Amino acid sequence: MFGSKRPGSTDAAADMNAVIDGFRGFARYLGGVMGADAYTKYLEHHAAAGQGIPPLTEREFWRDHTDRQDSNPQSRCC
Amino acid sequence: MGIMPHSTQSNLQVDDGIVPDPALPPTGIDPGVADAEDRTWTPAKIALWAAIALLGGVAWFMLAIVRGETVNAIWFVFASVCTYLIGYRFYSKVIERYLTKPNDRRATPAEYKADGKDYVRTDRNVLFGHHFAAIAGAGPLVGPIIAAQMGYLPGTIWIIIGVVLAGAVQDYLVLFFSMRRGGRSLGQMAREELGVIGGTAALVATLLIMVIIVAILALVVVNALGESPWGVFSVGMTIPIALFMGVYLRYLRPGKVMEVSLIGFVLLMAAIIGGGAVAGTEWGAAVFHLDKVTIAWGLIIYGFIAAVLPVWLLLAPRDYLSTFMKIGVIAMLAVAVIVVRPEVTVPAFSEFASRDNGPVLSGSLFPFLFVTIACGALSGFHALIASGTTPKLLEKERQTRFIGYGGMLMESFVAIMALVAAISIDRGLYFAMNAPAALTGGTVETAAQWVNSLGLAGVNITPDFLAETARNVGEQSIVSRTGGAPTLAVGLAHIMQQFIGGTAMMAFWYHFAIMFEALFILTAVDAGTRVARFMLQDSIGNFVPKFKEHSWRPGAWLCTAIMVAAWGAVLLMGVTDPLGGINTLFPLFGIANQLLAAIALSVCMAIAAKRGSFKYLWIVALPLTFAAVVTITASFYKIFSPVPAVGYFANNAAFAKALADGKTSFGTAKTQLAMEAVVRNTMIQGWLSVIFVVLSIIVIITAVLATVKAFRNATRGVPNPNHEDPAVASRIFAPAGVIPTPAERELMAEWEKLPADVRFEKAGQH
Repeated sequence: MFGSKRPGSTDAAADMNAVIDGFRGFARYLGGVMGADAYTKYLEHHAAAGQGIPPLTEREFWRDHTDRQDSNPQSRCC
Repeated sequence: MGIMPHSTQSNLQVDDGIVPDPALPPTGIDPGVADAEDRTWTPAKIALWAAIALLGGVAWFMLAIVRGETVNAIWFVFASVCTYLIGYRFYSKVIERYLTKPNDRRATPAEYKADGKDYVRTDRNVLFGHHFAAIAGAGPLVGPIIAAQMGYLPGTIWIIIGVVLAGAVQDYLVLFFSMRRGGRSLGQMAREELGVIGGTAALVATLLIMVIIVAILALVVVNALGESPWGVFSVGMTIPIALFMGVYLRYLRPGKVMEVSLIGFVLLMAAIIGGGAVAGTEWGAAVFHLDKVTIAWGLIIYGFIAAVLPVWLLLAPRDYLSTFMKIGVIAMLAVAVIVVRPEVTVPAFSEFASRDNGPVLSGSLFPFLFVTIACGALSGFHALIASGTTPKLLEKERQTRFIGYGGMLMESFVAIMALVAAISIDRGLYFAMNAPAALTGGTVETAAQWVNSLGLAGVNITPDFLAETARNVGEQSIVSRTGGAPTLAVGLAHIMQQFIGGTAMMAFWYHFAIMFEALFILTAVDAGTRVARFMLQDSIGNFVPKFKEHSWRPGAWLCTAIMVAAWGAVLLMGVTDPLGGINTLFPLFGIANQLLAAIALSVCMAIAAKRGSFKYLWIVALPLTFAAVVTITASFYKIFSPVPAVGYFANNAAFAKALADGKTSFGTAKTQLAMEAVVRNTMIQGWLSVIFVVLSIIVIITAVLATVKAFRNATRGVPNPNHEDPAVASRIFAPAGVIPTPAERELMAEWEKLPADVRFEKAGQH
C-alpha cells in the first residue's frame, strides 16, 4: 500500500508517490471511520449475497441510510 | 450439530459444536499455536517489555515520589502509555483467556446477519476509530479538570489504574457479550439475565441517568458560552453549517461524506475566525452577548427541534463534522503536549486534597474524586455504545479485545492529555476560573484578592494578569468560567501558542477548543435525547401499544417533549443555581455515570457466572465492588451528610430554616428568591440521588442473586440458561490486533491463495 516503486521512476518521484499513497491511505481510513464507504460495502454485500434484484442506487441508498437512523438512533457518548 | 471425527484439520479439533467448511482454511488461529506464541519469550521480546516496564516505572517515580518544584508533562505521557501497554498486553489477555474465551471459528453477527446496512463486517483498525469516536466526547475533557483541584496525582492514578482494571474491562465485556447476542442492547441483556425486576430497574435507571448526563453536558456548554459573543456566534454557526451539509448530502452529492466534511471543516474555521471579527464590532457584541439563562432556553428549544427533525438534515451531518474534529483535535492535543512538554507547577496533592470544602468541587477525595472523573477511568455510558453499533460491525470475535479494551485505553489517554493541558496553566488562574462567582465576586479585582487569600503555596495573582489572559483569549472576562471547558481551552491555547502562532493566535486556539467541545456536546445532547425518547416510547408502549409505533408523530413528539423538559429542567436548575451550578450538579453526573457502570458490570457478572467462569469472576467483581462502593458512598454523603456543602438535604434544611427565620440572604444566595431556588434545587437533587441509588442497588442485588443461582446450578450439575445466539461456523479470517502475529500472517497467506470465488470478499480495506 505504501509507495511501491514503479519501474522507470526516479527516487524523487517514488518518494512523492509514497507521500501521495500514504495520504490516500489515511484519507481512506478516515473515510472508513466516518462511514463514507457505506455504499461500497452495501454493493459488495449485494453482489456477494446475489439476491437477483438490482441494488439501490447511490442516492436511494443514502436516503434509506439516514431515514433508517430516524427510527434507529445511535448513542454518542460524553 | 456434531464434529467430524475423521478430520485432521487443526480447526476441527475443538469440540465447540461448529462444523467449518472443509474447503476453507482454518478461520481462527489454533489455540495451541496462539498460546505458544504468547508464551515464547525471545530475548528481543523480553528486552522490549522490560524497557516499557522500566520507562513506565521511572515515569511513575517522577510523578509520585520525586515530584520536584515542577514536573514535566512528558512523564504523564510515559506513565500512562507504558501502563496502558502493560495492561493491554497482560491483563486484557487474562480476561480473554479465562473470561471471554473468544472463538474465531464462530461467525460474528456482522457475518451471520450480514445485510449490507446495519450488520457490516468492518476492518478492525477502521472499527477501532469508529468505536473510539462514538465513546469519546467532552466527558474526559471535563472531569479531570474539575478534579485537578486536589492536585494532579489522585486524578492521574485513578484515570490510569481505573481504566486498566475497571473502565476498559467493562467496555470489553459488554462488547463481547453483546456480540455473542447478535448485538443486543444493555437493557435487553439486563432483562434476560436479571429477570423482570432487575431488568426494569436497569431500564428506568438508564433513562434517568441519560437525562442527568445530557443536562450536565448542556450545562458545560452554557457555562462556556455565557457572556461570550465570540463563542455564541461561532458555535451558533455550526447549525447553518450542518443544515447546509445535510442538504448537500441529500440532494446535491449523495454519499460524498469526506467531501462535505472537508467543506464543513473549512466553514467551521471561517466561523471561528469570523466570530472574532463579529464580536469585535459593536452590533456583534450587542447581539451575541447573551446571559446564561437565555442560552439555556435556546439550547432547550434547539434540543427539541433537533430531536424531531429528520436525521439527515441536522444530526447526521453534524455527527460527521464532530467525528472529523474529534480525530483531528485529539491527535493535535497529543502532538502538542509531546512537542511542547509544558512544565506543571501544580502540586501532586493540593491543599484541598485532605479537605471537603474545596471551591471547585466540594466533598472529600474519597469518594468524590472517583465520581468527578468518570469518563476516562470508568464510564457506564460506554456500555450503551458497546451494546449498540459496534458489536454489529465486528469481523472476528478475538478483535473485541482490541476494540473494546484498547478503545477505552485511548479515551483514558485523552483524559490524561486534558488533565495536563489544564494543570499547565497558572494555579491561581485555575481557581479564579473554576470557583463560582459567589466566591470570586465576578471581577478581576475581587477574584485576585480571593485567590490570594486562599493561602495556596506559590500562588499570587494580580488583577492585571486575569484581565490580560482574558484579552489574550478574546473574552471579556475569564473569572468564574466554570464547567471545565474554558479552563481546558485556556490550557490548550497556552500550549498551542507555543507550538503554532504565539500569543497572537491564543484567541483562535481558545475559541477553537470551545468550538469542538460544544460540537461534541451538542452531538451527544441530540443523540441522547433521541435515544432516550425511543426508550421512553418503548416503555410506555408496554402499556399503550400505540407508542411502540416509532413513526406515530404525536407519540414521538410527546416523548421528545418529555425528555427535553426533563433535562431542560435540570439544566435551568444548574444555570440559575445560586450555589454555582456545576459544582453541585457535577457529582450527580459522575454518580449517574458510574451507577450505570455498576449496572453494566452487574449484567456482565451474571453472564460470566452463567458461563461457569467462577474462578475468574473477581475480574468483574473487583470493578463492580469498587464502583458500587464509590457511588453508593457518594450518594449516601449527598443524601445524609450533615455538612450543607456536601449533603443536599442538609443544605435544603439550612436554607429552609433561614427562610423560616425570615432572613433575606443566606450564604451565597443574596435574595429570598435565590434562597427559595436553593431549597427547591436541593430537594430535587436529593431525591434524584435517592432514586438512582435505590434503582442501582436493586440491579446489583438481582445480579448477585443471579450469580449465586448460577453457582448453585453449576455445583448441582444443572445447566444454566444461555441467551447467546446459536453458534454459526465462520467463513472468514482476520487478525485480532493492529499488527498480525507470525501465525496470523501465515494463515492470511493461506487465505490469499484461495480462489476468489470460494473466498468471502474482504471487509473494507486491510
